[in-house]
Amino acid sequence: MRVVVFVKATEDSEKGILPTAELLEAMGRYNEELVKAGIMLAGAGLKPTTQAKRIAFDGPGRTVIDGPFAETRELVAGFWLWEVKDMDEAVAWVKRCPNPMPGPSEIEIRPFYEMADLAQILTPETAREKLGAA
Amino acid sequence: MTTGATHQAIEAIFRIERARLIAGLARLVRNIDRAEELAQDALVIALSEWPRTGVPANPGAWLMTTAKRRAIDAIRRDKMRDRKHEEIARELDGAFDSAADGIETAMDDDLGDELLGLIFTACHPVLSAEARAALTLRVIGGLTTDEIARAFLSSEATIAQRIVRAKKTIGKAGLSFEVPRGAERAARLSSVLEVIYLIFNEGYAATAGDDLVRPDLCREAQRLGRMLAGLMPRDAEVFGLLALMEIQASRLAARAGPDGALVPLTEQDRARWDQLLIRRGFDALASADALGGDGPYAMQAALAACHARARSPADTDWPRIAALYDRLRAVAPSPVVDLNRAIAHSMAFGPEAGLRLVDEIADAATLRNYAPLPAARGDFLFRAGRLAEARAEFQAAATLTRNARERAFLLARADACERGGEFRPGNSPAG
Repeated sequence: MRVVVFVKATEDSEKGILPTAELLEAMGRYNEELVKAGIMLAGAGLKPTTQAKRIAFDGPGRTVIDGPFAETRELVAGFWLWEVKDMDEAVAWVKRCPNPMPGPSEIEIRPFYEMADLAQILTPETAREKLGAA
Repeated sequence: MTTGATHQAIEAIFRIERARLIAGLARLVRNIDRAEELAQDALVIALSEWPRTGVPANPGAWLMTTAKRRAIDAIRRDKMRDRKHEEIARELDGAFDSAADGIETAMDDDLGDELLGLIFTACHPVLSAEARAALTLRVIGGLTTDEIARAFLSSEATIAQRIVRAKKTIGKAGLSFEVPRGAERAARLSSVLEVIYLIFNEGYAATAGDDLVRPDLCREAQRLGRMLAGLMPRDAEVFGLLALMEIQASRLAARAGPDGALVPLTEQDRARWDQLLIRRGFDALASADALGGDGPYAMQAALAACHARARSPADTDWPRIAALYDRLRAVAPSPVVDLNRAIAHSMAFGPEAGLRLVDEIADAATLRNYAPLPAARGDFLFRAGRLAEARAEFQAAATLTRNARERAFLLARADACERGGEFRPGNSPAG
């Protein structure tokens, strides 16, 4: 199964404080482990939301909102895409991650929808189209 | 996680460490069965201790140390029983101390090498290709015999027996569980790559059964390929194979229609190709190129990349594909490559060019009962407007294929010839 692993933002990351050399090195080693285990598909660190934009949808309306955004704990500071056997494996790998931030922080794992999940609510044709468009 | 670790979480950690544990232990005891038992023993101890003590900082090293200690204790007991010499006990104490000391430091350096050694052993040419695939899925992939049996549409007993025999053969041959060096390395590596691609293909082009693809098997092969690329970052063909699998797998969702039938490459909805896998395939291909890769896998990946790059079938660079097949034929000559070359030439230079090339190889013994040959010939004839001949070829292909979905596709094409060719032209070129 495919999962996206979100490193949640903190006040530090939102201030644009870059990780220390030690953390970068530890993350490098961790990433190497992920690669050697064959589960790493992609990953990146994200700039703080001072450089982000949101587009609000309401009917035909499209409103662009410039960052920064207030709800720090809900923001994302980085992500990985992993191919794992199940959520337990993803959790076990996340626990091995070095502390991603200087202070307390959170990492969130979100499994992808797969064809089988949508099969119950959609006919094969529409499932095809929905997933194809995604 | 510190205290109160659940069994489920511990088992997840164990699954991550299992292959590396078996690899390290197999090198010590020279026996895969024994290595599997020792790894399992270490899990049992972890299950009883970790909920109390918390998970150690380096769980992999903990499991390895625990298992190796048991292995050495057992060896010592055996030796003591056989020959009660204190000398031996002292000798083994020394061996144990240095082993225990060495383990922590060796963890990071040698484990990759040990895992690689196990992969090379499980894929040793002394074993049949099927035995290599089953053993690799078991000890490296961590699949159960039941899962492997389902993947290969075989019975659990058959697979279990295949694995037992493979382990015995390895024991009898006295294999060392080391990564081969020098000239032997290249030959052995091609055996490893062959096994991984066999596993992938069993998922991608299911040769038997009702399902056209078995994505789980593809995913497992991709994982092995990614693992190998992480362990062997300087071998072009490792990246060539990885690139090939990533790009081919990018089409899995588009390859089977809503009714489960095969959708040929030229008719697939390209919006459904997995762009992440395509990009990963391009990256791996670039690594293969940078390492001077012009082996058969890198070349097949380059072929697959031609299709991945084309936004629509009409954008496909068929002359480039035809040229790549001309080169592939030189490094990896095979009747199947010849057939795909004929298909590529038909797309680049017209159906007559394809017919010319396919007629050159039609007598090859290996292609006599090979469904794709009449299928391709039928397509060329169809496109050349020779519908009656095309129909006969599609029918011949339909009787040859073992895949029910493919048979339905071929019969539909045969019917279309009868109706005067209202079936949209298209074929399923490899790549």
